[in-house]
Amino acid sequence: MAGSRMKLDLSRVVQGRGRLGLLKEVGRMGQHSVDIPGCLLYTHLGSVPHLTQDTLHTISCLPAVTHVTLSNMAEHQEVLEEFKGGLKKFAGLHDTVLYCSLHDPAAHCPTGHTTNKTVSVWGSGGRIELTAAKFMALQKTVQPDWYQSMADGETWQTGTSRKRVRKSVDRTLAHLDECLTVHQKSQDLEGVDIFGVVEGGDILEERVRSARETAKRPVAGFCLDGFQTGAMDQALRSQLITAVTQELPEDKPRLLQGVGRPDEVLECVEAGIDLFEGFFPFQATERGCALCFSFDITPNPERAAPDEEPHTAGGTQLNGDVNCDDQTHMTRFEMNLKDKRYQDDFRPLVEGCGCYCCRNHQRAYVHHLLMTNELLAGVLLMIHNTCHYHSFFRAIREALANDKMDLLRRSVLWNGKE
Amino acid sequence: MSATRNSEADGNMKESSMHFKKALSAAPALSLKIIAECPVTKARACDLTLPHCTVSTPVFMPVGTQGTLKGITVDQLEGLGCQICLGNTYHLGMRPGTELIEKANGLHGFMNWKRNLLTDSGGFQMVSLVELSEVTEEGVKFKSPYDGKEILLSPEKSISIQNSLGSDIMMQLDDVVSSTVKGPRVEEAMHRSIRWLDRCIAANKHPDKQNLFAIIQGGLNAELRKACLDEMIQRDVPGFAIGGLSGGEEKDDFWRMVTLSTDYLPREKPRYLMGVGYAVDLVVCVALGCDMFDCVFPTRTARFGSALVPWGSLQVKQKQYAKDFQPIDPDCQCPTCKRHSRAYLHALFKSDTAAMHHITIHNIAYQLTLMRSVRQSIVEGRFPEFIQTFMKRMFPSRDQYPSWAVDALASVNVTLE
Repeated sequence: MAGSRMKLDLSRVVQGRGRLGLLKEVGRMGQHSVDIPGCLLYTHLGSVPHLTQDTLHTISCLPAVTHVTLSNMAEHQEVLEEFKGGLKKFAGLHDTVLYCSLHDPAAHCPTGHTTNKTVSVWGSGGRIELTAAKFMALQKTVQPDWYQSMADGETWQTGTSRKRVRKSVDRTLAHLDECLTVHQKSQDLEGVDIFGVVEGGDILEERVRSARETAKRPVAGFCLDGFQTGAMDQALRSQLITAVTQELPEDKPRLLQGVGRPDEVLECVEAGIDLFEGFFPFQATERGCALCFSFDITPNPERAAPDEEPHTAGGTQLNGDVNCDDQTHMTRFEMNLKDKRYQDDFRPLVEGCGCYCCRNHQRAYVHHLLMTNELLAGVLLMIHNTCHYHSFFRAIREALANDKMDLLRRSVLWNGKE
Repeated sequence: MSATRNSEADGNMKESSMHFKKALSAAPALSLKIIAECPVTKARACDLTLPHCTVSTPVFMPVGTQGTLKGITVDQLEGLGCQICLGNTYHLGMRPGTELIEKANGLHGFMNWKRNLLTDSGGFQMVSLVELSEVTEEGVKFKSPYDGKEILLSPEKSISIQNSLGSDIMMQLDDVVSSTVKGPRVEEAMHRSIRWLDRCIAANKHPDKQNLFAIIQGGLNAELRKACLDEMIQRDVPGFAIGGLSGGEEKDDFWRMVTLSTDYLPREKPRYLMGVGYAVDLVVCVALGCDMFDCVFPTRTARFGSALVPWGSLQVKQKQYAKDFQPIDPDCQCPTCKRHSRAYLHALFKSDTAAMHHITIHNIAYQLTLMRSVRQSIVEGRFPEFIQTFMKRMFPSRDQYPSWAVDALASVNVTLE
């Protein structure tokens, strides 16, 4: 059987759902392992936004898995075919696991272009329509270690009809079967893992049916689609994820698409999610913000308090609430460095942070770079935000290991106190 | 915004006598050690010791206008071997302002750059913002593009801002006239620049830590240049810049003014040719005796996808590179060329700004490597051969050599093959 090389060792399951463990034998050569709960490294075409390899590798807690998207790569298919060496080599990446998803979680994907046989991705040159055959041809040229099967995920908008949701589950299963047929016959994809995609919108029965049917196929793991921030409130999301994960085999990983806010991540970990996409630090960077939420789980709760209250500024709305599908607004987990209050603030972005930016630069400098539209602002913020976010995932694993999820939640949500 | 304050007049009177004494007793803030001189051309290799580190010349100085080199961290810049870079007084005086930069321990502290900085006078913006400005003996008046307030940039003000920035090398305020202007305005500007130099020298609060360079003016008129040189070399300044060139004049006029200036300038002081950064210009002007250069071109052009190579430049965004899997320059040792192909950079330009950073790194590496090779060849006594090889690589054939470069090199005894 092709795929399913990766093996999941669970060391702990908290309250029957939150999972701590190690995903082993990941990658075509099976040489990597990934701690779970874990987060992928978000990239554009294999490059972390704004960063070169030199600036990226100032970050010590980088995840083992690099995430690329077909929406970035579809337009380069011809080039990659001629190159022959796969995206990893093309992008100058060494020693990383490459995971390929369909869409870019941080980019808006216009709806209304999905058919029974095709899905569409949007690159720099516009829409590219993919059949399962083309989708698989792309995978063969990208040569990831692991990829998401083709899926019709166009059911996340509120008010999507039951009929449309059912159709998306059916189509996604049909796409998976087609992908698997090609996958199993392909020598190029030997040792590559494929994840099936669970759809079903906000309808419990469809979610359960999608999970149950997908789990019958020979997949290495599961992508949970249609739960992205803005699609539904957290209570419903948790309820549906719990129902879905109950249908999925214990020994296979579950990757949640489109959820990145720290509070939502914690909820979803506790509903049984293992892996997340790492696009949230990028979004914060693009709005000129630095992640500053606390994830300190040292025993003294006083120390969990951040050095200052986060805030909103310049008329920016808090995006802490449901059904706010505009992901360009700042959240309560970050500080807006464009705010005038930082003009003469000579502290690091986050006191005690060990990232390159915080070790070398001050808020006043980053503020200046933002006010003058200097490219270095994006570089420094991306370094800090990536480092901060991936350290948060390390804290989640520590909290799971030490029964401190409550403490961690309090620490993270402290920022939300108003 | 401190550039809008005009408070130096009241403080100056009582301070100036004190500064005079300090200036007399202060050790110079730089030393120039000539390591080698080309026996054929006027080229020289020197160690220029400045407050933050020693600079190997000839040197190209990248421009970090607003306290940052476009998209590059200070560690990356240091990693490329950069020993000195530029900041722009006009921009930094506007944003974030001198008060803030002083609080941050100067521009070095603000941008966390451990090596040397050179700041300009802010006067060059007179040319670019000429419609907003009025030049009088007092200084340059212009309207702030940010709030419309009228600002007077006087020699004292320029030095006061540069003292706040704490640069290792400061430039005098000069009366800049476009190099294409002719007539009495050029002469007026030259004389005024001499007077302003004296005011700048008197205004420098830190002659022991900050080197003030004079700027030779005089347009494209040899007599005026000479007159300016005569006057300025009588002043005890640590170094000289050749100004008012590289602004669209004929190259034939350009190189003649450069070589005339280096003929007169004292051997023991550094010579900085302002605004020059094309590879051919650098090599020729080193041969004419210049030590220091700056230009925004290599970093600006990088952001448009233009990579500098020994045979000219390579437009990474052009379709012909979409499937070109070689590095930009297979012989280049920069981090970009060691890891990435033209094809990948071509593709990345469509997805992320990191593509610009890759080319910026490469172009700075190209400039610095070029100058290191030039220096090495001077030290080893083979600079004339270096020039021959360099020109052969840069141009497909001899008849494509620019005639001004051929003439300029001939004037220093190098006949291109």
